[in-house]
Amino acid sequence: MKTIVCIKYVPDTSEAEVKVNPDGITVDSSRFSFDINDADNYAVEESVLIKEAKGGEITVVSIGPKKSDVMIRMAMAKGCDKAVRIEDDRIAGHDPLMVAKVLAGAAKGEEFDLVLTGCMASDDGHMSTGVALAEELGVNHASMVKKIEVLDGGKIKVSRELEGGLMEVVELELPAVITIQTGINEPRYAPIRGIREAQKKELKVVKLDDLGVDPASVGPDASQIILEALYIPEVESSAEFIAGDPNEKAEKLASILVKGGLI
Amino acid sequence: MDFELNESQVMIQHMVRDFAQKELAPIAADLDREERFPREIIDKMAKLDLFALPFSEEYGGTGDGYLAYVLAVEEISRACASTGITYAAHCSIGTGPIYLFGTEEQKKKWVVPCAKGEMLAAFGLTEPDAGSDAGGTKTTAVSDGKQWVINGSKCFITNATYAGVVIITAVTEPGQGTRGISSFIVPRDISGFSVSAPYKKLGLRASDTAEIILEDVRIPQDCLLGKRGDGFKQFMKVLDCGRISIGALSVGIAQACLDAALAYAKERKQFGQPISKFQAIQFKLADMAMAIELARLAVYQAAWLKDQGLPFTRESAIAKLFASETAVKSALEAIQIFGGYGYTNEYPVERYLRDAKLMEIGEGTSEIQRLVIARQLGC
Repeated sequence: MKTIVCIKYVPDTSEAEVKVNPDGITVDSSRFSFDINDADNYAVEESVLIKEAKGGEITVVSIGPKKSDVMIRMAMAKGCDKAVRIEDDRIAGHDPLMVAKVLAGAAKGEEFDLVLTGCMASDDGHMSTGVALAEELGVNHASMVKKIEVLDGGKIKVSRELEGGLMEVVELELPAVITIQTGINEPRYAPIRGIREAQKKELKVVKLDDLGVDPASVGPDASQIILEALYIPEVESSAEFIAGDPNEKAEKLASILVKGGLI
Repeated sequence: MDFELNESQVMIQHMVRDFAQKELAPIAADLDREERFPREIIDKMAKLDLFALPFSEEYGGTGDGYLAYVLAVEEISRACASTGITYAAHCSIGTGPIYLFGTEEQKKKWVVPCAKGEMLAAFGLTEPDAGSDAGGTKTTAVSDGKQWVINGSKCFITNATYAGVVIITAVTEPGQGTRGISSFIVPRDISGFSVSAPYKKLGLRASDTAEIILEDVRIPQDCLLGKRGDGFKQFMKVLDCGRISIGALSVGIAQACLDAALAYAKERKQFGQPISKFQAIQFKLADMAMAIELARLAVYQAAWLKDQGLPFTRESAIAKLFASETAVKSALEAIQIFGGYGYTNEYPVERYLRDAKLMEIGEGTSEIQRLVIARQLGC
């Protein structure tokens, strides 16, 4: 099984305050620490589990700056074999269709049966890059996948997580793109020996031209999405005092919690 | 001058931080309360090759060096200082002496399993009457031509209960003072070797500290470590290394104090605003951040010097002294910022203070560190 796993370098917004830059469309990321997108971390683990069970080779693909090499090497420390990092400031990174075109450009240079990626990026939350990538590659896809079973005859069976706890089971012919839901597995920590080995594995840094992707086709002019503004909404809060005897109070409180979907 | 960690050091730091915060931090308070040695965490750390970090590949290590190891000690201790000292005592002063002074055979036999984390190691130096005055060692080792026979007792020994091997210092040439002390590699499962019940301690309660009693312990001649009479010289070197890891442990605790105090100061509201908006609290946090940064630089520098093969006695004493005092001060200030809540065990800062205090005592008290530094100055 030859697998490509696409991962994204995202800021951890839990530690530092999010501030919009004066341009109104970018965020001041100087105080953030960056790491692998959560769902992508599960995709990496799933790719390694499949390799451990069925053999094969895993290629990491990521668009990002030099400092994201640490994240890419960490994926290789866990068992991925090689990596391609695309660094090019001509990509309209806010548009998942443009991103998908670039990732497809990288994937076309590799042999693959399976492409795994997280179902959602924690920073922009489009949930569409993986699906758009399948379209660009002209292959099958399944999204929000919570279980993968590799079948004989170039097929896989996957379980998709739907609303209300429903699971949908579908069979796909390979090659296919699968977007991975968090919780599908338990991502491992990279052992120190893996970290050492990762230093010796191939990490190719490429530009759009190296992938044969026309910069004009993935740049801001090609994108149909114009990022107009980013802002932090005013915080609104209100308090409601519940009156009545203890039984009434409890009943009212319970109904408010149920209506709010809090329990 | 280069202050940047290399790529694999950054990865090691990230991985250990991730591991420690997810696996260890959530249980640290319970471990402390129950005085439970977390065997399962030690096993997980072994699987991640953490015990292999400071040792070379030919002896089962990963060859990443002391700086990488120090990064790991710091992150583990930031989550749980008890586990930090178990780890540091095993690597620096337990396995360290064999790695530094052992023969090829001794290293293959003992360093390899210790680096793989298959066995824990301990360092038996301190005695009831030989603390800061380690030259006052009373434990004796007498050769009968075929074997060494050891008698005596050792106190405050980290990992004593769980260690598979203990380095024991003993007098081989009575009357010769510090030049009459030698060190021995003593396997744990040997007749005459016993360990007391663990001490009840103020802090580091999830680490194991006990007394070792040696009664006619007979070990083969080849268990002598290095040359006869070299024991004192050896453990001075071992403690130089150990102090760097106590420094790292201290930085980890101090950082945990700042993490907790900063988060609390941003949440806690008084007079209509978070207390982090008050200068009185800001100055405390700023002073903590400043001291931690300086302590960290001192610790990393000492580790770097060791990795470069340069002298580091002065730097390791400075790092240990400054970092341990920073840890205690940071814990006290963190409690002050938490106010009444900080004085309860509902919050972790009281544990940080209890844990930090040992940093000013173990592997050379603050007073001894000042003596070491003064001697290095030529006094």
